[in-house]
Amino acid sequence: METKAYPQLGEALYSATLPNGLRLRVIPKKGFRSRYAVFAANYGGCHRRFSVDGQRRDTPAGVAHFLEHKMFDLPEGDRTLDRLTANGADPNAFTSEDMTCYYFQCTEHFEENLRLLLHLVSTPYFTEETVRKEQGIIGQEIRMSEDSPDSAVFDGLLRQLYARHPIRDRILGTEESIGEITAQTLYDCHKVFYAPCNMCLCVEGDVDPEEIERIAREELPEERGSAPEADFGEEEGLLPLERLRRREMDVSAPQFLIGAKLRPTGKGTEALRQHLISALSLRQLLGSSSDFYNRLYAQGLLNRDFDAEVAYGVGIATLFVGGESSDPEGVLRAVEEELARVQREGLDPVRFERAKRASFGARLRGLEDFESVCLSLAEGVFDDYCSLDATALLQDLSINACEDFLRELSPERLAISIIEPRRT
Amino acid sequence: MELTRTEILPGVWLNALRSEQFKTACLSLSLLTQLKRETASMNALIPYVLRRGTTRFPDMESLSARMEELYGAAIEPVVRRIGEIQCLGFYASIPEGAFLPGGKSVLRPACELLGQLLLSPATRGGLLLPAYVDSEKEKLLDRIRSRINHKSAYALSRCVEEMCCCEDFAVSRLGSEDACESVNYKKLTKQYHTLLQTSPVEIFYCGRAEMRELSAALRDALVTLPRGEIDYEIGTDLRMNALEDKPRFVEEELDVSQGNLVIGWRLGDCMEDPDQAALLVFSAVYGGGTSSKLFRNVRERLQLCYHAGSLVDLHKGLLLASAGIDFDKLDSARDEIFAQLEAMRRGEISEEELDAARACVASDLRAMCDSQGELEGFYLSQTLDGLDCSPLELAALAEDVTKEDVVRIAQSVDCDLIYFLKGGEQEEADGD
Repeated sequence: METKAYPQLGEALYSATLPNGLRLRVIPKKGFRSRYAVFAANYGGCHRRFSVDGQRRDTPAGVAHFLEHKMFDLPEGDRTLDRLTANGADPNAFTSEDMTCYYFQCTEHFEENLRLLLHLVSTPYFTEETVRKEQGIIGQEIRMSEDSPDSAVFDGLLRQLYARHPIRDRILGTEESIGEITAQTLYDCHKVFYAPCNMCLCVEGDVDPEEIERIAREELPEERGSAPEADFGEEEGLLPLERLRRREMDVSAPQFLIGAKLRPTGKGTEALRQHLISALSLRQLLGSSSDFYNRLYAQGLLNRDFDAEVAYGVGIATLFVGGESSDPEGVLRAVEEELARVQREGLDPVRFERAKRASFGARLRGLEDFESVCLSLAEGVFDDYCSLDATALLQDLSINACEDFLRELSPERLAISIIEPRRT
Repeated sequence: MELTRTEILPGVWLNALRSEQFKTACLSLSLLTQLKRETASMNALIPYVLRRGTTRFPDMESLSARMEELYGAAIEPVVRRIGEIQCLGFYASIPEGAFLPGGKSVLRPACELLGQLLLSPATRGGLLLPAYVDSEKEKLLDRIRSRINHKSAYALSRCVEEMCCCEDFAVSRLGSEDACESVNYKKLTKQYHTLLQTSPVEIFYCGRAEMRELSAALRDALVTLPRGEIDYEIGTDLRMNALEDKPRFVEEELDVSQGNLVIGWRLGDCMEDPDQAALLVFSAVYGGGTSSKLFRNVRERLQLCYHAGSLVDLHKGLLLASAGIDFDKLDSARDEIFAQLEAMRRGEISEEELDAARACVASDLRAMCDSQGELEGFYLSQTLDGLDCSPLELAALAEDVTKEDVVRIAQSVDCDLIYFLKGGEQEEADGD
């Protein structure tokens, strides 16, 4: 395996690509008891249209998530799951816009558990009956999300911003769309998206990297499979379709999410650099030490839940600025004014240096959690960068790069989604 | 990794775990006080008002700037309820010097800032600033009201509230809207001084600093803490049995598309001499993870829900089971949740179920040693319960829990209340 040391962070990363195309990342951690593994497929809610071996396919919304649920079913007599739980590893999974991740954390029997997890995720077993049964359970998951104002405000905004991109549709799908899923759909998608060359395995804990590599070689199929090519549609223009959308729900106070489409970053270390620039810029513009946040907080327009970030992946980049406010449109106007001011006057060099320090500390803190470290590594694998490079890149960022990022955000690019308390 | 516990000032206890494992240190400070309806909101308000400004850093902007200078050392207000004890204070996460450019520790300046936040708030004429108090009061009211936004958590808290309607445990960690409304800056200043004088203080630290360096920094930071007679008479009232002969039923309507069922029990006689390890294994068998009875039966076999699980409150002696279901499935879900408990009472627990529960509880406890946040919560809880068992010791005990231990707990629990949140008569929300 290839080794790269990160002396400033006190970490070392072991990497390999197996002959079947699986990419492997291991961070050994001496002295820690817990060990964590995530086995991830480059397959999320947005991978609905794709081509593989020259053939184009179109699938209903919610297949990636449905498949994730059904991977926990095994043929009669297969005791993999029981053995995992008996070993103290309760495996779990989630599906995001761009990935499906299977993971577990345990302190004992890690190597055996890893073999079991790899076996579980490479053993598709679906019947029409179990598919029907799952439609009921996921139906309840959809209901649960319908009652969540966070989901509602998020879904609303994405529909205001995007005209065609599959991010418009929920990862869970709808009761109708999941009704179209059959056992065959699941077999087909498993074959295409769970091919070793479309997956990665990331491990952190007190482990021997060579042993992890050996386990992966032994447990996973030898054939590479063909990597599917996702089709997210043509790149969209940068203006939103709809500036404002409101909906009423049983909430205590208005919830809002301001957003904008940004230029996608592509792949590689340059993409990671762009992620860092956007986070650092937003920290200066809207973060806890910014004039903007403190002014609106004191005026009673914002509270501690206020947050701003840019999400990258699946061929797009989206700005999200959200929280709770008695006057969400007032917050939107204030964001626009603050952007205009910075576009005119530039950023303050003293604040820039401070923000960089704080970002450095936050990155350091992020390295404490095995789960978030492994998930960042997995995202990096699929986008051709290494998340551990972030701290070094951060130190070289310039104030000009942040100003350029903020200059792009003209007021007409912003949209706002609001959930208001039900008027009785 | 061993915990040392020292009284560094009168009634101020430092619990320190020295560890080289982490890149940031954790430092928390909690004032302990009895959870009461009249004072809960006022107490909850205090750390948030203090976080608005100090004499040296008079507003949030300058405070945040100072924290950024310390490489993002974050010191944030925390308000918790552990049993019927309200814990309020700050949780700080401080980057370790060894990983910072320049390699200099920021522990001492971070301790200073923590001390200033607690002891030197921005005041006028000795009183907390009315503008800060009023503003944080509005935000606390918003936070209290916002529990309705997350329906499954709302249903859980409503069940506890109804179940413990005659006990202080019905009061949430943030208190009530009514009590919050009546707070003003004069009352709050008085309560702040009372707490400083009378509350036991628990400090938790986990990081690389030497004990001597750490306690010196903390003593210097807290030297002006005014201490009076310290109130150690705080604790949690245990009620062993249900309020009425038959379980009460409470139903509530909101604009929801999914129903939320929560059933609450008193843990009963087993709380006379509670066996923490056995209680954790019991809850894991009943409704812990994917191998639990509730998950396998209510979700997987009967397909009534997406989430179904249980939890125990070891301090107050409660068991809660919950499931998100269709409105018309109340009876079948409730019956199955009871049926699974009945099965446990009859001793119907397989070797596999027990093994999985023991292994998962033990693994989670051992993994806790790698998370400062969890260690902090664990040790504060242990201290309040007068216990000094480490996560590793508790993990070993969990592995020795027998089927009989679990059955005994199942037989001891007493159902008190069934709560159901369902949809109202309102029209469909307008979507796409």
